[in-house]
Amino acid sequence: MQYWNATCECMSRDEMTDLQNKRLVETVKRVYKNVPSYREKMQQKGIEPGDIKTIEDLKKLPFVYKQDLRDNYPYGMFAAPMSEIVRIHASSGTTGKQTVVGYTQKDIDTWSEIMARTLVSAGANKDSFIQVAYGYGLFTGGLGVHYGGERIGASVIPASVGNTKRQIQIMKDFGTTILACTPSYALYLAEEIEAQGLTKNDLKLEAGVFGAEPWSENMRKEIEERLGILAIDIYGLSEVMGPGVATECKCKCGLHIQEDHFIPEIIDPQTEEVLPPGSTGELVFTTITKEGLPLIRYRTRDISSITYEKCECGRTLVRMNKVTGRTDDMLIIRGVNVFPSQIESVLLGIGDTEPHYQLIVDRVGRLDILEIWVEINQKIFSDQVRKLEEIENKITKEIESTLGISAKVKLVEPKSIERSEGKAKRVIDRRKL
Amino acid sequence: MLVKQISVFLENKSGRLAEVTRILGSHDIDISALSIADTTDFGVLRLIVNKPEEAERVLIENGFTVSCTNVIAIAVPDEPGGLASALEVLKKGSVGIEYMYAFVGKFSSDALVILRVEEPERAIELLKEMKIRVLSSEEVYNL
Repeated sequence: MQYWNATCECMSRDEMTDLQNKRLVETVKRVYKNVPSYREKMQQKGIEPGDIKTIEDLKKLPFVYKQDLRDNYPYGMFAAPMSEIVRIHASSGTTGKQTVVGYTQKDIDTWSEIMARTLVSAGANKDSFIQVAYGYGLFTGGLGVHYGGERIGASVIPASVGNTKRQIQIMKDFGTTILACTPSYALYLAEEIEAQGLTKNDLKLEAGVFGAEPWSENMRKEIEERLGILAIDIYGLSEVMGPGVATECKCKCGLHIQEDHFIPEIIDPQTEEVLPPGSTGELVFTTITKEGLPLIRYRTRDISSITYEKCECGRTLVRMNKVTGRTDDMLIIRGVNVFPSQIESVLLGIGDTEPHYQLIVDRVGRLDILEIWVEINQKIFSDQVRKLEEIENKITKEIESTLGISAKVKLVEPKSIERSEGKAKRVIDRRKL
Repeated sequence: MLVKQISVFLENKSGRLAEVTRILGSHDIDISALSIADTTDFGVLRLIVNKPEEAERVLIENGFTVSCTNVIAIAVPDEPGGLASALEVLKKGSVGIEYMYAFVGKFSSDALVILRVEEPERAIELLKEMKIRVLSSEEVYNL
């Protein structure tokens, strides 16, 4: 099976444009009618749904930001009544507020469809055994891949994250052929497999769909060699849908965006001008089939570029390049989105003063490690080691409960954190991808 | 009877302890007892000095994080069981000891011990009642 849905994946540009025009017009009407904040934003710009006739008119529409979702927490941006919402996911957010996304049954169907396309482009079919080692829960990774696998008719193994020994045993005994996880975890699995004295020949792995964090061509080569598989990059974000928004094909030359559902734009993040294909800028998405949480010109903060050139695989879907960075200070640590401000708000809860801190992100072995260095001050210092360790433990626990990741907290002497122009450098990312 | 102890936060990196002693030395501050509690990442240096207020001030001026705590100094016979009898008193009075350390030098023929307890005033009462020698701050600073 080369494509899951050849009609949509190999559509001519004219047909795609017609489809996008029609769907965009409907989406704009829908949000204007059902979502007060969209209506206000459009009215402020003096735009009515009738002004949007084709995708050429997209640039007239105002942008939507992650902050809009927080301001309308939890359901304020939903365009469908809650009685039609069948699933709710959320991603970690600053100061305890999460970004909440809702799906109607049709949205879940769409998501399953695009994940089916993704898995098929990595070589999956109904005879595949797909081990999903993304987290199941509020995070969209696990369930997103899961439904796509079931849509194809493959045997889906919902292994979820962690317990590496069990993951390897399942892989070996259940005959896993397709692995879905973060690329760093794939490498960690490769190491553990070797450490157990197994070789890639003991496994039936054929391909992997890896995403949720940035990775490089070198990592791809290493994963492919050590696991003896085809490693495919996938892209998605929960606000837009979850995993499956874009995926590589076997050509591995950019990620095909499922543009019959999501229209991409590349903009200059400063001037907000739309840039021509091939230019590098911020990726912006407009969803054109979503019912639960449609997004118009959503600013992803991811930096990429897009190309409409034909791909050798036969798909005509526009391709985006691997995301090369962010326009904000968001970090992705073990697949979890982390903003320094989230850590700052945890630290503010400890003691009365604003602490100086620094985040050190590193990759030790195959896993991302987050260290939080906190400068000690007169207020929190004690002559009792026990009390100092209590502070470290308290911060560690708070970080774990708000961000869902473990961090090592280290108290350091005052002024030991480097300051540039009086402002502390908050993040040191030592990861070499 | 309370003695002021200076505690200093030290990161586990070379030269920090030398820096503290250099600063104190250059201000003519004499250290009569010290202990270090260490963890993987940091240590807490505790000092008994002849001029605690000045020591606190100069260390803070030099960028160290410092706290000043009241501790008790006792003199116990330098013989087997000498310390045990003093600690027995505190145990009976249910006074918990956070930590303790010994002086290097001696006070006449007695050994000197610094105690950090939860309720220093009550501990002093208990110790005195049992005729355990508790040193005054002047005695300690002038050692």
